[in-house]
Amino acid sequence: MTGQTLAAAPLPRRLGRPALVLIGLALVALVSIALFMTLGAKGSWSFVLGFRGKKLLGLLLVAYSVAVSTVLFQTVTNNRILTPSIMGFDALYVLIKTAVVFFLGVSALVAIDSQVQFVVEVVVMVGFSGLLFRWLFLGEERSLHLLVLVGIIFGILFRSLSQLMQRMLDPGAFNVLQDTLFASFATTDPTLLGVASVIVGAVSLVGWRLMHAYDVLALGRAQAINLGVDYKRTVALILVLVAILVSVSTALVGPVTFFGLLVATLAHSLVGNSRHRYVLPAAVLLGIIALVGGQTLLERVFAFDTALSIIIEFLGGIVFILLVLRRSAR
Amino acid sequence: MPALVLASLATLALTLVSLFVGVSDVSLASLTAGGAEGRAMEVLLISRIPRTLALVLAGAAMAIAGLVMQMIVRNRFVEPSTTGTSESAALGFLVVTLLAPGWPLMAKMAVSALFALGGTALFLRILRAVPLRDVLLVPLVGIMLGGVIGALTAFIAYRFNLMASLLAWNLGDFSGVIRGRYELLWLGLVCCALAYIAADRFTVAGMGRDFTTNLGLNYQRVMVLGLVIVSVVSAVVLVSVGSIPFLGLIVPNLVSLMIGDNMRRTVPWVAIGGAGMVLACDIVGRVIRFPYEIPIAVVMGVAGSAIFLFLLLRTPRGAS
Repeated sequence: MTGQTLAAAPLPRRLGRPALVLIGLALVALVSIALFMTLGAKGSWSFVLGFRGKKLLGLLLVAYSVAVSTVLFQTVTNNRILTPSIMGFDALYVLIKTAVVFFLGVSALVAIDSQVQFVVEVVVMVGFSGLLFRWLFLGEERSLHLLVLVGIIFGILFRSLSQLMQRMLDPGAFNVLQDTLFASFATTDPTLLGVASVIVGAVSLVGWRLMHAYDVLALGRAQAINLGVDYKRTVALILVLVAILVSVSTALVGPVTFFGLLVATLAHSLVGNSRHRYVLPAAVLLGIIALVGGQTLLERVFAFDTALSIIIEFLGGIVFILLVLRRSAR
Repeated sequence: MPALVLASLATLALTLVSLFVGVSDVSLASLTAGGAEGRAMEVLLISRIPRTLALVLAGAAMAIAGLVMQMIVRNRFVEPSTTGTSESAALGFLVVTLLAPGWPLMAKMAVSALFALGGTALFLRILRAVPLRDVLLVPLVGIMLGGVIGALTAFIAYRFNLMASLLAWNLGDFSGVIRGRYELLWLGLVCCALAYIAADRFTVAGMGRDFTTNLGLNYQRVMVLGLVIVSVVSAVVLVSVGSIPFLGLIVPNLVSLMIGDNMRRTVPWVAIGGAGMVLACDIVGRVIRFPYEIPIAVVMGVAGSAIFLFLLLRTPRGAS
């Protein structure tokens, strides 16, 4: 649509709001990336760029995975409140990782190459999250509030189970596991960057080919089927993509409950248009701004290092309460 | 009544088990062999009896706090950890620890209780902004409010290098309880007694403001009494053993499934059930990885969330 109007009237002021928003966000994102790479750098540039480049790549992958998975998940479930992390998907990933060590022993974690391991975990994750999702969404009709609450409690259950298993490991095994689970925005896991990039790339290719279906799916199940979308197959495929992306981001930085919600909500309200070709890039750019910009601000300006996730949880929680209240006041 | 007696006996049995389970050997034989000065007797008096008492007191008080909360909010799925109360108590404890580290524990507890009161009042204020159409919206908002307050607390703790202490408060654990470090929990018993005395008022208040006023009861006063009970219990438990999630939610719900909602009848059940539940979880935590211990909050987190899920998913669809 925008392309046609542009061709007809190539005046810059005819650029629609979504396009302007995207351009603005892209500029801010680029500035944050530039600042992240250069601010406060001392010593040889080749070292600084290489060192920060790895961190940057980690943050970009996380921003991309969280933003895309959240927006797609909301499209499939047809709401703006639920996100994969609120449904406990990232806690599930941690649980799977813990269960591997618990049942197979720490030798399994050490013996198998970390990248192979990651792929296996992703596969298990896809399976389990698919089951959970089928059970909750494709059975009888349930109210949204019930689903959110059940999701949150599942998250708590998964976390408690992981904690229980972690406490029952012997201290050596626990240390090894802790090492692989300890990740935050300040210390992304560098060994997984390669395989994560490949996976995210592959997911994006598949996701790109489904682009035409997203807007139709967002209309709801009945309309989507009516308009000729193979509903079950498409939804199942999208959920697999979501599960993979969640695994990637959790493996890189650990669980962050509200980041996706924050980014997706902001993207929707900034773009003011629910078409995915605008919302998806806007969400990704917002994610990059929040992570890279926020991390730069905290690390270089305020000298806090691991507080970003706390701030995101704080803001995200408030946004969530407002969303829920506004929705129910309607 | 015979059922209640049976439940009491079961809890009593758990109490006895709790007295005799642990790394150090305490048994009837070692007690009689050592006499009044023996090592087994010492362990029993300094560690086991205080721990068991703490378990019973904290369990009963938390369960009662949940019950009172459910009555005054008129919602089945609330309890201190789903209304921001526990998190506010932790925030208050953190603030007073930072600003006035020299204060006695009692004064710190009082500050923590004040914060808990404030947090709960904030929760009720937010709820008033929504027409209460959906039962499930209430705990949802409460959990999120708790998350926000928790993030604020974590941020302050992070800035002042108190993350480790915060973790300890948020993770209920009875392994540190010895003589001299649990006595504050007796306040919980006082709160339980208060709840029992005022039980009828809470039952009436549970039917709504108009109904309560119509019966000639000061609704506001009942609400304040309830809030004070809940806040004091949350603060006392948090300060002495750390928070225990879900206890106040599942015990009253399971009891109400069995015998209904008349609070005069349910209070003893809930108190005994809460004590029994906490005892059982603590014993499991002590036995499952013997000789090490798993904090009760972890065991309770698994058991509590599983039972909560069961309660949620068994609710008839029409009710939500």
